[in-house]
Amino acid sequence: MSIDKNTVARIANLARIRLTEDEQNAMTREFQAILGWIDQLQEVNTDDIPPLTSVVEVTLPLRDDKVADGGYPEDVLANAPKQAAGFFVVPKVIE
Amino acid sequence: MSSLIELTLAQALDGLKTKKFTATELTQAYIKATEKCRSLNAYIVETPELALKQAKESDARYASGKALPMDGLPLGIKDLFCTDNVQTTAGSNILRGFKPQYESTVTAQLFRDGAVMLGKLNLDEFAMGSANITSAYGNVINPWSGSDPANAVRKLVPGGSSGGSAAAVAARCAIAATGTDTGGSIRQPAAFTGITGIKPTYGRCSRWGIVAYASSLDQAGPMTRDVRDAAIMLKSMAGYDPKDSTSVNRPVPNYLDALEGGIAGLRIGIPKEYRVDGMPAEVETLWQQGIKMLQDAGAEIVDISLPHTKYALATYYIVATAECSSNLARYDGVRFGQREAGKNLIEMYETTRAKGFGAEVRRRIMLGTYVLSAGYYDAYYLKGQKVRNAIARDFGQAFKQCDAILTPTAPSDAFAIGEKQDDPIKMWLNDVFTVPVNLAGLPAMSLPVGLSANKLPLGLQIIGRPFDESTVLGIGAALEAAAGFKALPPFHA
Amino acid sequence: MTANKNLQDNLIRGETGDWEIVIGMEVHAQVLSESKLFSSAATAFGAEPNAQVSFVDAAMPGMLPVINKKCVEQAVRTGLGINAKINLHSVFDRKNYFYADLPSGYQISQFKDPIVGKGQIELDMPDGSTRTIGITRLHLEQDAGKSMHDQSPTESYIDLNRSGVALMEIVSEPDLRSSEEAGLYLKKLRTILRYLGTCDGNMDEGSMRADVNVSVRKPGDPLGTRCEIKNVNSMRFVVQAVEYEARRQIEIIEGGGVIKQETRLFDNAKGETRSMRSKEEAHDYRYFPDPDLLPLILDEAWVNHIKATLPELPDDRKNRYIKDFGLTSYDAGVLVAEKDTAVYFENAAKGREGKLAANWVMGELFGALNKENKTISESPVSADALGGLLDLIMNGTISGRTAKEVFEEMYASGKPAAKIVEEKGLQQVSDVGELEKAIDDVIAQNPDKVAEYRGGKDKLFGFFVGQVMKNTGGKANPGVVNDLLKKKLAG
Ligand SMILES: [Mg+2]
Ligand SMILES: [Zn+2]
Repeated sequence: MSIDKNTVARIANLARIRLTEDEQNAMTREFQAILGWIDQLQEVNTDDIPPLTSVVEVTLPLRDDKVADGGYPEDVLANAPKQAAGFFVVPKVIE
Repeated sequence: MSSLIELTLAQALDGLKTKKFTATELTQAYIKATEKCRSLNAYIVETPELALKQAKESDARYASGKALPMDGLPLGIKDLFCTDNVQTTAGSNILRGFKPQYESTVTAQLFRDGAVMLGKLNLDEFAMGSANITSAYGNVINPWSGSDPANAVRKLVPGGSSGGSAAAVAARCAIAATGTDTGGSIRQPAAFTGITGIKPTYGRCSRWGIVAYASSLDQAGPMTRDVRDAAIMLKSMAGYDPKDSTSVNRPVPNYLDALEGGIAGLRIGIPKEYRVDGMPAEVETLWQQGIKMLQDAGAEIVDISLPHTKYALATYYIVATAECSSNLARYDGVRFGQREAGKNLIEMYETTRAKGFGAEVRRRIMLGTYVLSAGYYDAYYLKGQKVRNAIARDFGQAFKQCDAILTPTAPSDAFAIGEKQDDPIKMWLNDVFTVPVNLAGLPAMSLPVGLSANKLPLGLQIIGRPFDESTVLGIGAALEAAAGFKALPPFHA
Repeated sequence: MTANKNLQDNLIRGETGDWEIVIGMEVHAQVLSESKLFSSAATAFGAEPNAQVSFVDAAMPGMLPVINKKCVEQAVRTGLGINAKINLHSVFDRKNYFYADLPSGYQISQFKDPIVGKGQIELDMPDGSTRTIGITRLHLEQDAGKSMHDQSPTESYIDLNRSGVALMEIVSEPDLRSSEEAGLYLKKLRTILRYLGTCDGNMDEGSMRADVNVSVRKPGDPLGTRCEIKNVNSMRFVVQAVEYEARRQIEIIEGGGVIKQETRLFDNAKGETRSMRSKEEAHDYRYFPDPDLLPLILDEAWVNHIKATLPELPDDRKNRYIKDFGLTSYDAGVLVAEKDTAVYFENAAKGREGKLAANWVMGELFGALNKENKTISESPVSADALGGLLDLIMNGTISGRTAKEVFEEMYASGKPAAKIVEEKGLQQVSDVGELEKAIDDVIAQNPDKVAEYRGGKDKLFGFFVGQVMKNTGGKANPGVVNDLLKKKLAG
């Protein structure tokens, strides 16, 4: 599959990574090469093979419903770039 | 006391138990060693005060006869493990200054067993790399420089992503180190620096508190001077953790027992697909020598086939990048780490992440975002998961014929910084022999078996059945004994 | 707006003819549990900012989710309560998007394989009939934190206390046809959740929020383009939002325009919906199975055990009331809507006349409570106390009229009915001798009226009853008085 610059720009937007025009161009070229290489997977016949998401052969462990965590807002906020009155503070969210 | 750092972990434990020296003396020797090795840039942060405090506590335990299994051993910790109140960066600018208020399960278990922390070791940014050239804290230098005089100037890479760990153990500025391995990040640097590294079965060591790269592949493991040390350290690191839903609840065997039995009658599989274009003849030769050594030790050699091997790397770059694109979304400048200014939230996100992440991390996040995005999911992500299953099934088939598999660890010896840097695929090919193991979740170990023509270490890899680290270690011990690899890097403490 | 609604057929009369509204609902119901879905932090409402946040909820590096068994059980219980298929194999996926109150940059949800599949809910219509609304699915997911935008002109404040709280997203088929039905659906769903104890249904505290999908079409036409109205947080607003949105769409179409599929916001103050811009391009959630979790496999025996321990549900209770107490479908529906009311009613009605009890609960009691905005659990008259009053009516001690007076006193003072009746001497006189004497007196005092009555002026009967009641201070048993009067007047 081939990839164009618009797609790269859309992906960068989804990933919330700002790319300059030059970076978009460079990444488009790079992605063309990488995706071309990845396309070798299309050779593999996987009609009868289910997808594998986890190699772990146990089922999901369930924990008891007990309050045993939280209650340390100072620790939660300890690394905050900006905080006020116990809240994290971020630049205005605009819809 | 400089001879103290020549001791293996097992030897040092003996010395401490028999009171030949104290933990404080051993730790002081290693603090000196870390200072001496600063040119390697193996450590991002050194924590000598913490180390001496821990050593003092350790000495008290030895004095009272209550010594713990790892008591007083000065370790380096890969800077991917969150350490309580000690800066944890994952090699990234975006986490510069981040001090977790919690301790990863694996390091907590090591400290529970008395280990001492010398500092946090450099790595490829977010463990993404095979040369330790993507860290925001600078490249790590391989203490090996080989016979080419040009290397003294160019400097060689230690491999990656656990490059700081590998360099530190090889240069003797840590008695051992923790590593993590998502596609070869313990084994490949171990091979490049002439040390031993084991990636346990997925689910054997808790991932809780380790900065995630690719959740379904990441696994922690020890990087040590030899196989015995690996067995001792793995025992401490491994075990069920209810805080990690993918951790597997089964007892941790005494891995030291596995070193004693010999390997007579074990069937060792040799996969015919583990030969790639351009692989130097000396790698093939070393492999043949390894096969011979195991045969001489009584193992039976079996030819096996892992037909989907050639698709493993491409599969890995779908699965790992998809997961990382999601795992790294939390680095957004809101709750921790670096934040760049922005006049609204979205602008803040975009500049924070553009500046906070390096080129390789951005590349992988973008690729992962792409393979999961609408219209491409089936062709890439879903296809990748199916091929991953095919690769895992290959191993399942192979293990019907053999008890373990022997392969080269990497397709070459260490290369110079700057090489392969312009072509990501060329760089990624370093992991061609290690990646299939992560996709299948199997345990595998690399250990040094010989030197290349350029006088650089070469490693072989032993792959085992799920949760059969014991057999891997047993075969490792036999191979180690036969290979007698004793070479030291020209630069060491 | 010109479109008018016809209450008979639910259709809206537009300029070009009748329009049908088609509504589907996605309800987010907060699971009743002590701790969060994937962390052990508390879920209680109203804590200090970020006080109920674990490192997992704040998505600190290296943190991992571990699922809460209770939340799984609650989802299964709810699924069983809406007659739905329980999927023994379900999967947690990551829904990826950036938002300030979504710490990990993804919401753990269930996309392809939800824990609960198709089910149904019966609506109790005002005319006593029922309507079956299909349920598409129910899945478990995490709630996000809270952003506050009014603290500062340039900044937003984030509180993560809600981050990671378990939600059930319950998705209906597009089976609803009017704003009233949408309101009834939400109400019925809330009733079921409360009966099951899986969600407290407090819309004020955000425990239940509805996303309402609205489209319009000419009857018989294929489905129109829908708009999704996000996070409507009261029954009343749901009704208003649907009304407004349907009319808006009809006006656009009748004006020659087309409906754009979009997400809209309901403005509580203005009673309008408006477009949430900027969303269209961003909708690529890149769902994939969460690699930190494994498939959720349920044991069939466990599911059966939960099924066996389900409480009686509102529909079953309603049918029982109709059968055992002879109530109308409508009355039974009203009484079971709140579990507390139903329990109250049953206690008051036990061993008594069900219809009488129903009339008193829905009449006097509801009236008194409503006046003071009290719930039934705050009633100063207990179910037993009301039962005591009903006993006095049923055994003829007091008349219905007197009973109303007694009830008022009970409500005000909390005294039992019997005590009030005794203190005030309100007992009915049913003694035949006593009443015959009173009747004889009245006949003796009004010879001319007696003559007129006997001459055929039947209407005067009421006059005689009134006189007897008056002379007995209203305590005469009206039934007995009637019988005796008839005989005496007949001569
Ligand atoms: Mg975030
Ligand atoms: Zn939802």
